[in-house]
Amino acid sequence: MIDEELVQLLTPEGERVQNADYESTLNGDEIFGLYRDMVIIRRLCNESTSLQRQGQLALWAPIQGQEAAQIGAGRALAPMDFTFPTYREHGIAWCRGVPPENMLRLFRAVSNGGWDPQKYRHSVPTVVLGSQTLHAVGYAMGIQRDGAEEAAMAFFGDGASSQGDVLEAFVWAASFNAPVVFFCQNNQWGISTPSSVQSKIPLYHRAHGFGFPGVRVDGNDVLAVYEVTKRALDSARVGGGPTLIEAYTYRIGAHTTSDDPTRYRIDAEVEVWKHRDPVERVKALLAREYKVKNSDFDDVAAEADAMALQLRDDVLAMSRPDPLTMFDNAYAAPHPLIDEGRRDMIDLGISEGSL
Amino acid sequence: MATTTMTMAKALNEGLRKALDANPKVLLMGEDIGRLGGVFRITDGLQKDFGEDRVIDSPLAESAIVGTAVGLAIRGYRAVCEIQFDGFVYPAFDQIVSQVAKLHKRSDGAYKMAMVIRIPFQGGIGAIEHHSESPEPYFAQTAGLRVVSCSTPNDAYWMIQQSVAHDDPIIFCEPKSRYWEKGEVDLEGPPSGLFDAVVRREGTDVTLIGYGASMKTALRAAETAQAEGVSIEVIDARSIAPLDLGVMAKSVEKTGRLVIVQESPHTASVGSEIVAELTQRCFYSLRAPGVRVSGYHVPYPPTRIEEDYRPTVDRILDAVDRVMGFES
Repeated sequence: MIDEELVQLLTPEGERVQNADYESTLNGDEIFGLYRDMVIIRRLCNESTSLQRQGQLALWAPIQGQEAAQIGAGRALAPMDFTFPTYREHGIAWCRGVPPENMLRLFRAVSNGGWDPQKYRHSVPTVVLGSQTLHAVGYAMGIQRDGAEEAAMAFFGDGASSQGDVLEAFVWAASFNAPVVFFCQNNQWGISTPSSVQSKIPLYHRAHGFGFPGVRVDGNDVLAVYEVTKRALDSARVGGGPTLIEAYTYRIGAHTTSDDPTRYRIDAEVEVWKHRDPVERVKALLAREYKVKNSDFDDVAAEADAMALQLRDDVLAMSRPDPLTMFDNAYAAPHPLIDEGRRDMIDLGISEGSL
Repeated sequence: MATTTMTMAKALNEGLRKALDANPKVLLMGEDIGRLGGVFRITDGLQKDFGEDRVIDSPLAESAIVGTAVGLAIRGYRAVCEIQFDGFVYPAFDQIVSQVAKLHKRSDGAYKMAMVIRIPFQGGIGAIEHHSESPEPYFAQTAGLRVVSCSTPNDAYWMIQQSVAHDDPIIFCEPKSRYWEKGEVDLEGPPSGLFDAVVRREGTDVTLIGYGASMKTALRAAETAQAEGVSIEVIDARSIAPLDLGVMAKSVEKTGRLVIVQESPHTASVGSEIVAELTQRCFYSLRAPGVRVSGYHVPYPPTRIEEDYRPTVDRILDAVDRVMGFES
């Protein structure tokens, strides 16, 4: 079941666990902050699923079950770090300050990205999985050349761990001692393919073969994810090189709203993981150890509801872009075929825009 | 005019040196490009002068060469990636077409994908398989990329510098069979814009368009034809994507006849695009259908017989005869 080397600081029941290598450094207010992040991102995610079911989004990739992995990692980042996500890193985007409505522009099919990646230091979503790990390594090589104490972090999953690009990224990161952290959310399923098909050994063991450390952390334990990620980032920033973190977690929902997980996995497995819920265990800790009142939890829920309503309004207000915008930013410099396309569209009356 | 004679290989080397000098954010990356100076010695001596942080000997992984160049571009660097041989670019194909070509768009302009991907291309060196291919049509078809090719040392020297300074990603195709041929290089200033086609030889009867290694063959064909009384205007496309169709159309309007020479197979090729565009633009000037002289639609052959695959002077002259003899 759970690997004995799994770093865990909080049991599913919210009891503290002593770990020889890691201890939680967060105070009650900070832990409450992580709880708030997780509640909000779960609520926004559920709202997005509803929006898709109501025909307002083309697709949605839920993160239910992975909130601790993403919020723990996201809050361990320093402002100047740079993150490279897939399309499922809504919790990371939230921590980087990306406005929720921007996260949905891709899924509303009004943009191929959705936010300014340089502003939030959070790259645009990568759909061809694995590619982004190389971008993170290249960015980290830039950090090295600038002599900056910053780190890059690449997000991917157990499915993408089989991609050649991820393995090439491991080789390069090791060869150049790049300040990069590879954060693999092993959510057990790559659509319908179980992680056992992707790897015959625990994924974090792979790092050792490439010559850098690998750690498996309980991905449903936000305190452990935070500490493990923070240490890996701290090490990378000061020349310690790359680390692979395997956040061992579970995708409670479907791969995307186009998926039907009942075709390939049994309810009993999902039920086991529901008992390991990442939000409930922190809530239990906060109530017991920090005497957080029910009314405080209720306030967070109300805040999340209000944000969900706002998100809904913002999404419904996203209208079809002017077709001429497809020509914007295809190239950085003027290009004759772009001019030709714009002219054609205007001549045909598809858009009234001006050249 | 300060000119000097050098090989194309040396001109590329000097051009890269100038690019490294001009901008500290310029980096070179590739397999064996540092201590060895590259398998063709294009980067000879550059690591010694600019250091291992700027002239980077990479692991053997083309997708990573290009993929890390993307990350470097996001950080504000300009990587010049060397792909060792044309046939080795395909492991990087996904990064080039799905990431390099699209990230400026995907980021709504926040990222500049300023990088150059150098590919020694075309055949003629008697190599084994995967060392003689013409992959440029794949890239010419992809929106977001630009594709150029040099055919002279002067162009090599200037086009590589212009490419490094450009803000869009550029696939830079180097005709490896011409690396060791010498020519005049004007050190004062570039002969033309990076995306300009140029007339290499003026003529009145047929317009002959090519690029890269085919240019030398095309010019020889024009000389031979001249002796037979046919005047061929030879145009070096230089930029494969976008095409400088204005220069080409002007010539076809004058000659009324069009022949393309290229080493890639002709299906969905650069030549196909040129013929289609010029047929539309110059329909009433054309006195014969445009003809493509290309590689055959087969995997690049064993190089003992590659000269029967690559366009030769004879095959070009045969096409010239056909357009000259066409009667509507």
